[in-house]
Amino acid sequence: MTEPEQPSRRMFTTSATAAFAGIVLTACGPKRLYEVPKDKLRASIAEMETKAKEQVGQAVKVSDQGPTPGVQFAYALDISRCIGCRRCVYACVEENNQSRDPQIHWIRVFSMEKEKGVDFTHADPYYNPPEVPEEGHFYVPVACQQCENPPCTKVCPTGATWAEKDGIVVIDYDWCIGCRYCMAACPYGARHFNWTTPTIPEKEINPNTHYLGNRPRPKGVVEKCTFCIQRSRDGRYPACVEVCPVGARKFGNILDANSEIRYIIEHKRVLVLKEELNTVPRFFYFYAT
Amino acid sequence: MRSGALILLLCGALLSAADGPKKTPPATGSERLEVQPPPFSDGIFPCTNCHGGMAVNRTRRELSEMHTEIVLKHDETHRWCLDCHDATNRDVLHLASGEVVPFDESYRVCGQCHGEKYRDWRAGVHGRRTGNWNGAKGYLLCANCHNPHQPRFKALAPKPAPQRPTRSMK
Repeated sequence: MTEPEQPSRRMFTTSATAAFAGIVLTACGPKRLYEVPKDKLRASIAEMETKAKEQVGQAVKVSDQGPTPGVQFAYALDISRCIGCRRCVYACVEENNQSRDPQIHWIRVFSMEKEKGVDFTHADPYYNPPEVPEEGHFYVPVACQQCENPPCTKVCPTGATWAEKDGIVVIDYDWCIGCRYCMAACPYGARHFNWTTPTIPEKEINPNTHYLGNRPRPKGVVEKCTFCIQRSRDGRYPACVEVCPVGARKFGNILDANSEIRYIIEHKRVLVLKEELNTVPRFFYFYAT
Repeated sequence: MRSGALILLLCGALLSAADGPKKTPPATGSERLEVQPPPFSDGIFPCTNCHGGMAVNRTRRELSEMHTEIVLKHDETHRWCLDCHDATNRDVLHLASGEVVPFDESYRVCGQCHGEKYRDWRAGVHGRRTGNWNGAKGYLLCANCHNPHQPRFKALAPKPAPQRPTRSMK
């Protein structure tokens, strides 16, 4: 073992100056969502709503509802129940105003062979039989795992993505510069890029949106699952939970000892994807039977 | 600062709302739950409209005049109609103990054998939930998803597969 080299005087001065300049520049730049005074935020949201109306041709309401203290969201998906029908995929697309062309799906359902177990190297997201479930197969839907230790937020050069206090990893589309570092950093392939301005039929726009969630996106930004932030912060279940015909999807507050999510974690066999990466997902998979 | 206080106030209001009456049922217990109405075929209920004037025939047999569309695939070697349906009052079901149970509490009948599922269902883990994660939840009866006569969940046609990424030729 060699001793680490002592920094030279020049190196120290350069770093200190750079750090100071960084602080000054950040302090002078545009403000973050939660640092903006309320009246300014309302004004910029009003502007956002006008722009969104121009983009999608319909009045859109943008909420800025913040996290509730004492709430940490978690999600659980029952692998023994999921039949791979992809109802969740399309409910998510409609709820969250995802682009229809080019196609963006926040949820990807993998078909796996029972003999091989949970094995992503042999998983097929393009399965298309006349009826599901197929003999000898099971299904693993994957979306953002809302990591407690998210690799994606650490690589963002502009601080456009972060984990909220209630655990939802969000993106501020006004700060995203489209470098896609976060997509490279995400081990779950959960982030998606708008290569063009998203196209959504006017009639299919969901006008109930959130600043950090499903508000209409411009070209050149990254987007991802937000646990339906516009619904969950309002006390409701995400769209995928409500649409699942087999009831495989469960959602709630992990700090509430009476919630179904706590019941699952305490009573069922639970696993997370790629546990060895220490991302600490808030998305659990379980086997109820 | 003002915005922070506002957000706090808003959150406080939300939290106190969340602390209000909770409808989350305990994992055990036998109190009644609000559920969706049972999935009767059109015009079939009340059963006493037809069965009211009929003599009760308790002999186990194949039905040939009515209800021929019902195919029992639910432990059919051991079960038949009157194990769940009450012979003297056709508008209700009955438990093994003889206690009668209305159709909108049919989960108690199912729970006699499927105790583990019943427990999970009460806890909100088995079956679909709608509504609020911190408030009123919509419960479904077992029979809303599982045909009680053929309870295996029916196969579904999947929604379209995602498009494969294509290489731009420009």
